[in-house]
Amino acid sequence: MSRATIAIIDYDMGNLRSVQKAFEAVGCSATITRSPQVIDDATHVVLPGVGAFGDCMDNLERYGLSSSVRTTIAKGKPFLGICLGLQLLFTDSEEFGAHHGLGILDGRVVKFRSTDTRMKIPHMGWNQIRFSKQIPLLEGVPEGAYVYFVHSYYVEPRDETIVGTTTDYGTTFVSGIWRENVFACQFHPEKSQRWGMRILENFSRFS
Amino acid sequence: MLAKRIIPCLDVKDGRVVKGVAFENLRDAGDPVEIAAVYDRDGADELCFLDITASHEGRSTMIDIVERTADKVFMPLTVGGGIRSLDDIRTLLKAGADKVSINTAAVQQPELVRAAAKQFGTQCIVVAIDAKRRPTAPLSSGHPAVLSWEVFTHGGRTPTGRDVIEWALTVERYGAGEILLTSMDRDGTGEGYDLELTAAVSAAVTIPVIASGGAGQLRHLHDGLETGKADAVLVASIFHYGQHTIQEAKAYLHTHHVPVRLCEEHET
Repeated sequence: MSRATIAIIDYDMGNLRSVQKAFEAVGCSATITRSPQVIDDATHVVLPGVGAFGDCMDNLERYGLSSSVRTTIAKGKPFLGICLGLQLLFTDSEEFGAHHGLGILDGRVVKFRSTDTRMKIPHMGWNQIRFSKQIPLLEGVPEGAYVYFVHSYYVEPRDETIVGTTTDYGTTFVSGIWRENVFACQFHPEKSQRWGMRILENFSRFS
Repeated sequence: MLAKRIIPCLDVKDGRVVKGVAFENLRDAGDPVEIAAVYDRDGADELCFLDITASHEGRSTMIDIVERTADKVFMPLTVGGGIRSLDDIRTLLKAGADKVSINTAAVQQPELVRAAAKQFGTQCIVVAIDAKRRPTAPLSSGHPAVLSWEVFTHGGRTPTGRDVIEWALTVERYGAGEILLTSMDRDGTGEGYDLELTAAVSAAVTIPVIASGGAGQLRHLHDGLETGKADAVLVASIFHYGQHTIQEAKAYLHTHHVPVRLCEEHET
């Protein structure tokens, strides 16, 4: 198998260096880019992202990258959305007023509602993932593994068959998605030490 | 279940760790990058670098340290100290920090917190609060003693007259994603966190609170998380001087029914 070349989509949103270095640590060549050509040439594409949903969507559009995301996914190329990169795939978000996402997956993005005073928002820190189905990305990762989260919103997919993992925080929310070539996780594999690195490595091997 | 976090904190001056770390087998006990790698292997949940450098040259050294750390340590990294502007924040985040901690500048220009949260997301804006107890009314006055704390800035040198609880609520409203709460009364004493302070702030805000200042024994971590209701504890000397490893701290907390990310999980 030829070595995976990872394009990490740069749209001025968040800490991309960590994503790049994490892929390099598992033996991939990873480039931070906003060039549609580089994205097109890559074997695997990653859409990271932290920040506000509306700003992220605006930047994706401004740099002309939303069509790159759509093309990547339509072509069947392995795609990984991380954190906001997961949320952006969905139809709508209620964050800071309503926003439209890429609409590649059907569903919406909603905010955690504090059920008691001990439930802090953002959901920040290490929490466990439960598997809803077998996912290539999670090969070798144990059920209940801890991964690192930092977010105030989560996705509610309309199609439950795309749910890969769930996590409990006040409610049981969807923390991982898999549909054909599209993977996405609410947590940050690049910050999740051993299991996170395993997930990135699994992604880079998916073809 | 969301685990309580154990966060080792390193004070860094001109690129070197202040108050050397007493680990064996370290090639350079003053190198923050090497120490970060040790804490990573030992199962730290996050890392915090506090830059106490005054000079401009020293600050660019810090950027280099953040880059080198983020290149080899794949866990969340918070950097604080001397952050004054959106540019400072952008530079650190770009270098590989996940969160920045703002203290004095937040008090001087609260709008910075709002602007930073809007631009970079609330999740990466930590507001550090240095709190000092105000004298309570003497019992003889006939008034019930009401505890309160004052916000200090400039590394604890400058009183601001602000009440800590009110300030915590203000920065939450301005978009801080987390509060790093240091008790100046307890810092360096090893007597434990100021539990009343920690519990008061944690109950007042809906964002996570990191307890800091005073941990000298593992029991103090437990008390900060349980009695103080903190979401995370910042720890320095207990780990730096080799008194306990992070794994020992987690095993202790687990035994005492505090949810932690156990280090055995790393081995399986």
